[in-house]
Amino acid sequence: MKAMALPRNTNGASAVPPFPTIDQVMVEERAQAFGKRSIKTSAKLQGLKLAISMMDLTTLEGKDTPGKVAFLCRKAMQPMDPRYAVPSCAAVCVYPNLVRAAKKFLGESGVKVASVATAFPTGLMPLRLKLEEVRSAARDGADEIDMVIDRGVFLGGDHKRIADEIAATKEACGEAHLKVILETGELQTYDNVRIASEIAMRNGADFIKTSTGKVSPAATMPVTLVMLEAIRDYFYETGIRIGMKPAGGIRTAKQALAYLVMVKETLGDDWLTPDLFRFGASTLANDVLMQIAKTVDGNYQSADYFSLP
Amino acid sequence: MARKTPNSKAVIPVVSEKSPNGGRIALPVGERRLSFGEKWSYAPAPEAHDYIQLKKRYQLFINGKFVAPHSGKYFPSINPATEETLAEIAEADAYDVDQAVKAARAAYKNVWSKMPGRERGKYLYRIARLIQEKARELAVLETMDGGKTIKESRDVDLPLVAAHFFYYAGWADKLQYAFPGRTPRPLGVAAQIIPWNFPLLMAAWKLAPALACGNTCVLKPAETTSITAMHLAEIFQQAELPDGVVNIVTGARTTGQALVDHEDINKIAFTGSTAVGKMLTQAVAGTKKKLTLELGGKAANIVFEDAPLDQAVEGIISGIFFNQGHVCCAGSRLLVQEGVFPQVIRKLRDRIATLRVGNPLDKNTDIGAINSRMQLDKICELVDSGLQQGAELVQPRLKLPEKGYWYPPSFFTGVTASHRIAQEEIFGPVLSVMTFRTPDEAIERANNTLYGLSAGIWTDKGSKIFKMASKLRAGVVWANTFNKFDPTSPFGGYKESGFGREGGQHGLLPYLELN
Repeated sequence: MKAMALPRNTNGASAVPPFPTIDQVMVEERAQAFGKRSIKTSAKLQGLKLAISMMDLTTLEGKDTPGKVAFLCRKAMQPMDPRYAVPSCAAVCVYPNLVRAAKKFLGESGVKVASVATAFPTGLMPLRLKLEEVRSAARDGADEIDMVIDRGVFLGGDHKRIADEIAATKEACGEAHLKVILETGELQTYDNVRIASEIAMRNGADFIKTSTGKVSPAATMPVTLVMLEAIRDYFYETGIRIGMKPAGGIRTAKQALAYLVMVKETLGDDWLTPDLFRFGASTLANDVLMQIAKTVDGNYQSADYFSLP
Repeated sequence: MARKTPNSKAVIPVVSEKSPNGGRIALPVGERRLSFGEKWSYAPAPEAHDYIQLKKRYQLFINGKFVAPHSGKYFPSINPATEETLAEIAEADAYDVDQAVKAARAAYKNVWSKMPGRERGKYLYRIARLIQEKARELAVLETMDGGKTIKESRDVDLPLVAAHFFYYAGWADKLQYAFPGRTPRPLGVAAQIIPWNFPLLMAAWKLAPALACGNTCVLKPAETTSITAMHLAEIFQQAELPDGVVNIVTGARTTGQALVDHEDINKIAFTGSTAVGKMLTQAVAGTKKKLTLELGGKAANIVFEDAPLDQAVEGIISGIFFNQGHVCCAGSRLLVQEGVFPQVIRKLRDRIATLRVGNPLDKNTDIGAINSRMQLDKICELVDSGLQQGAELVQPRLKLPEKGYWYPPSFFTGVTASHRIAQEEIFGPVLSVMTFRTPDEAIERANNTLYGLSAGIWTDKGSKIFKMASKLRAGVVWANTFNKFDPTSPFGGYKESGFGREGGQHGLLPYLELN
């Protein structure tokens, strides 16, 4: 396979508009600045509830069972005592074999079922098998498919193959929404993250997503910012609003609020909705709920007062 | 935007033939706007300031003591965000200045010049530590007195103030190694006049190297921002700095004049306007007094087509809106290569819509109050001239507080080099945007100014950075960043931006005689 570079900032004719490069120092500095916003009282409560409504409660373990998925679904539908008026989560994210179980437990609650697919988490399988996996998950009732890109192929420079695989996966999704996981921890540079985001958006992604959660580092603020900026430029160019899902590594309410600040100040109000922004997380929910209880009641409760997912 | 068909085999398509909006909805061009509204607004987050103990009256600091002014006159210090009087400041006249210089001379002769460098260093380290301990209180005071945001006084000003004292404390016992083969000696008494934009930081820039080199000082803060300097004087007392080593005289122009005209000073260091700098140069001509000047600027911030655009926009924002644009090295002339002009303008327009203007004590405020009524009038006057000369002003829609002095973050497009707004220092949150076509034109335009304090270059290409930097006539050239300060790095100007360097090893030279 021949390593090939993408056209950058060439103003001549090209298949795609130029992709801007990313300056590491400045993007990290900017990302850090969002964390300095002081979110208090009413803004804090509103932000925390918004975060809950954007959450994809996730279980992606080898030991997952329908029983475990039932716990997760119940938690997603009603995260907390009704008196706190906390919305339900956006989705439950599971492996393809558990889509039916999740669908059954969630029923008509409005909480979506997301399924990872395409040989999650590596993507290292023949395309036809990956597509069959996607079709199977969609047939079982998955509303959303979280695919992974083949990072080996990407780093080898064959961006065309990545594009083709994403487009084929989108086709296999049918009605289901497609989230494309870039696994930014393996792409390593911000420039790569930007290029991968562009390829995903231009080939049918409804959402772009940072990570599988199986590789460290998972989501970070600067990586998410690079992707949000790619979404912004793509919106200017095409008028299509792409969603964003940072996943993995977001564990505290404070972090979640910093991400929301970043979305608000980068893409504006229109993206402050579960339709266009999600958190992929397994442990974040209870920290957010704990902060909601603290903000409403005025004092902290121990972890025992919050049901496990 | 219609996608062009590839006409070159070298181009790698990243769009699959299958491709696809796949059910995604595309908005028509006219509706592709981001909205920065009130969907999730931040609640007020004011920094606590009820514990701050402001004095009713601030006296002069002469010979280690706080003394009333000879004339008995005081003038008010205003909080520019509320227009309330915070305190009264003593007005020093020629008699007070003479007392201060005499105290400085005595301290120089009897104590400070005789003291070994390592002992002087101990005092400076002690001062630096005390500043760190009181950093939050000093930051709040700085914000109340000057109108700058608490975010900046807390995260930029105060850490740098302490860093400057720490840095020059380190030089105090190593001066002979700074200039090998030479014998450095202090000059004597230094008169130091500082501006209102970074009151404590400018005091630190002046005092720390002067003291490290063995000089004694008479400092005159700007009349609108004297309060923190007097709190710094309290820190000198706590540090048991010997009496008379630092004296602080407050007042306006006549006080400064008396200080400059005093016969027994050896050195004048001034930061402020070019107009005053010129008068100072005339005043010291034919005297033994040494002079360094750090004056105005109209820095070019140059964005090339191959720049990391989103980060460049952040650099443009911090370049012009940092400290309400009250920065002598502000990037107030933006030069954008024509190919990326529309993108940069669109991004800038969206970015300024997210800037929060208002109460400087609110931790989420990005742009605070304009320092004084006079400065606000100056900004308005220059903006009016820009409008009259046909430039287009872009401002976000926002509600400014009723009381206090405010100006929204703004930029001008359609600016040419012959507009006043492209030539004169505006010292406010207003940017002038111009275009260029080639690197040579960028250099020519960047250097086409009477100033030469700073410049910025944005490109992904390292070789271009070095080539540009060597041709720009500016004391500081930032590459892919802007308005970054560090005590180890020298700072100063070319042309009418002044002479002499502050910071780093270079910053020792103006306070030493090398035999």
